[in-house]
Amino acid sequence: MSRTEVVEQTAAEVDTSGERRSRTVLIGVLAVGLLGLLAVYTVGDRDSGLVTQAIATGVLLGGVYALVSVGLTLIFGVLGIVNFAQGSMLALAMYMVHSLVQGFGLPVYVATVLAVPLMFALGYLVQLSLLNKLTMSGSQEGPLLVTLGLSLFIVNVLLMVYSGRPQSVGSAVDGSLRVMGALLSWERVIAFLGAVAVTVALTVILRKTSFGLSIRAVASNPSGAMLVGVNVGRVYALTFAIGAACVAVAGGLMAPLVSLTPSVGEEFTILAFVIVVLGGLGNVLGAMIGGILIGLVQTVGSLYLPGSGSLIAVFAVFVLTLFLRPQGIFGAAR
Amino acid sequence: MSVTTEEKPASSGAPGWVRDRTARRQFVALAVFVVVVGLLPLGLTDRGESIAVQTLIIALLSVGWNLMSGYGGLFSFGHAAFFGIGAYTDAYLVVEHGISPWIAMVVGALLAAVAGTLIAYLCLRYRLAGAYFALATFAFAQLFLLVVENVDALGKTEGFNLPILPDESFWMMQFVSGSSMYFWIPLGLLAVALAVVIGFTNSRAGQRVQAVRDDETAAESLGISIMKYRLIPVALSCFIAAVAGAYYTQYYFFVGPEQAFGAKVSVEAIVPAVIGGIGTVWGPVIGALVVGPLAELIAELLRDPPQSLSFLQGLTGLDIVVYSVLLIAIVILMPKGIYGTIRDRWKR
Repeated sequence: MSRTEVVEQTAAEVDTSGERRSRTVLIGVLAVGLLGLLAVYTVGDRDSGLVTQAIATGVLLGGVYALVSVGLTLIFGVLGIVNFAQGSMLALAMYMVHSLVQGFGLPVYVATVLAVPLMFALGYLVQLSLLNKLTMSGSQEGPLLVTLGLSLFIVNVLLMVYSGRPQSVGSAVDGSLRVMGALLSWERVIAFLGAVAVTVALTVILRKTSFGLSIRAVASNPSGAMLVGVNVGRVYALTFAIGAACVAVAGGLMAPLVSLTPSVGEEFTILAFVIVVLGGLGNVLGAMIGGILIGLVQTVGSLYLPGSGSLIAVFAVFVLTLFLRPQGIFGAAR
Repeated sequence: MSVTTEEKPASSGAPGWVRDRTARRQFVALAVFVVVVGLLPLGLTDRGESIAVQTLIIALLSVGWNLMSGYGGLFSFGHAAFFGIGAYTDAYLVVEHGISPWIAMVVGALLAAVAGTLIAYLCLRYRLAGAYFALATFAFAQLFLLVVENVDALGKTEGFNLPILPDESFWMMQFVSGSSMYFWIPLGLLAVALAVVIGFTNSRAGQRVQAVRDDETAAESLGISIMKYRLIPVALSCFIAAVAGAYYTQYYFFVGPEQAFGAKVSVEAIVPAVIGGIGTVWGPVIGALVVGPLAELIAELLRDPPQSLSFLQGLTGLDIVVYSVLLIAIVILMPKGIYGTIRDRWKR
């Protein structure tokens, strides 16, 4: 009770100090990250060529993670839905691309462009028919359970249609790029650039368009937005659709990099949640930075810890963030 | 359990009388349930019995989940963590030290209760609620999975295989293959767990737990300690989940990281309760009865399909597709689950 009063009294002060604080945290995180990398180079006892390669791979891998996470963070931030189907939607998009490539002989990236509107429509329908009522009623667990069911549904339908045999869409472009001694395949570079493009596009939509304004309004206060004439149900459906479209882009750009099975999305779902919480709910830019951070922790960490050991560090960071800064590293204080 | 008998002298007056009658009725239902289900092994094939045991394990796990998330109102998305602690403690103590599974089961359950209480305490202390709470529990289950996969003493990704003893022994929980004891033990465990649930939810402490769940502010203003009555069902819930895990190891003679801590286990804890009815005594059991034999039923149907369904022959994944459609339909159309909906109809 008293907290609200305090907040009201000093709203302006809190705002600026919160912003300043989050900027300090951001700079702090970047500084610690850079120092950590420097330490790995100087006293890390590993060949510097290997380290450079690990960092380069980590950044690109992070871009791929970010691509999956931006859609998730938008859905989580605006609708408050923990979308467990994000990974299976990724798998679905990959199989769509796979079918378009195999069936019509299209190039991978053209197939991706075709998959985006399909996934957009699917996301719109899913939110409108299955989730809107539960979301509007303010239930936390209902939507989570529905997306859980949806995820099981999609994965197993894919299993029925395509069987569990690993498949490949073939390479999209050949060759690789050499940067400071590190070898980067063009496919990964393109995926990374795609992530940057999606992030920029989403940021522009959210900040500069009136549709973005209505999304932000619904995110911060659904009943208030409804009162001023925003069609909340439609904004929910469109937001979920955008989230699905992001996953379609991710699926297309990642399809050449992975061996395709129906459960390919699972590991990405889990990591994407880590990234979303790290970056701050609904914070698209935060998801991008968080993705790169996690990618780096994983690849540089694997120089020291074999197997899934480096993931332990990722989850430890996740739990700490949840407890200490649930608004995310880059979010303002709540 | 003893809680109800303790409360009896205190519960004079109308509400106490009603409460007691509900509890008495539920205990009678439990007795009937145990007797009827206990006769099952007489009429089941070996295959049928193994499905029945699997169903009982799922039911036990889900009854545990329901205490914390249904009655306690803290949505756990990581009950695999506690199931896994039970399964691994049992395996470790039995394999490495030759300790009786009964003792190992209790040790594992206590460990899980402590771990669960600690995790829930931290989550409540840092005010994680709803989706964040679910994510935190999920993260802990994943964390435990990764730790187990990377620790030599816990068998890394290989897990543990239980030694097969030459003789039957109740103390070591080993019997001739196909023995009905393998069915009656989990049935007994489930019966005890259900008795705990009935006793607890009808006790004063259980009523306070539900008051805190329904309206935290109102409960607090009546002088109920929020933290205490949030944590009690968590401890009980994790204890029961770990018992289910320990029996899993005993029954299958094997446990690996994915079987113990995998996300699938957390889902198996949630889905029966949701389908049967969250926050009801019988919901998780009914849900498990629907979900447990589902895979086998569908496999049976596909082995010899009617003409109209013949195109489905030889497809894997159909059982889970049906399962997921059922889950989505129940959440949207019957939020109180099968048992909850029927009970409400009946009362009207």
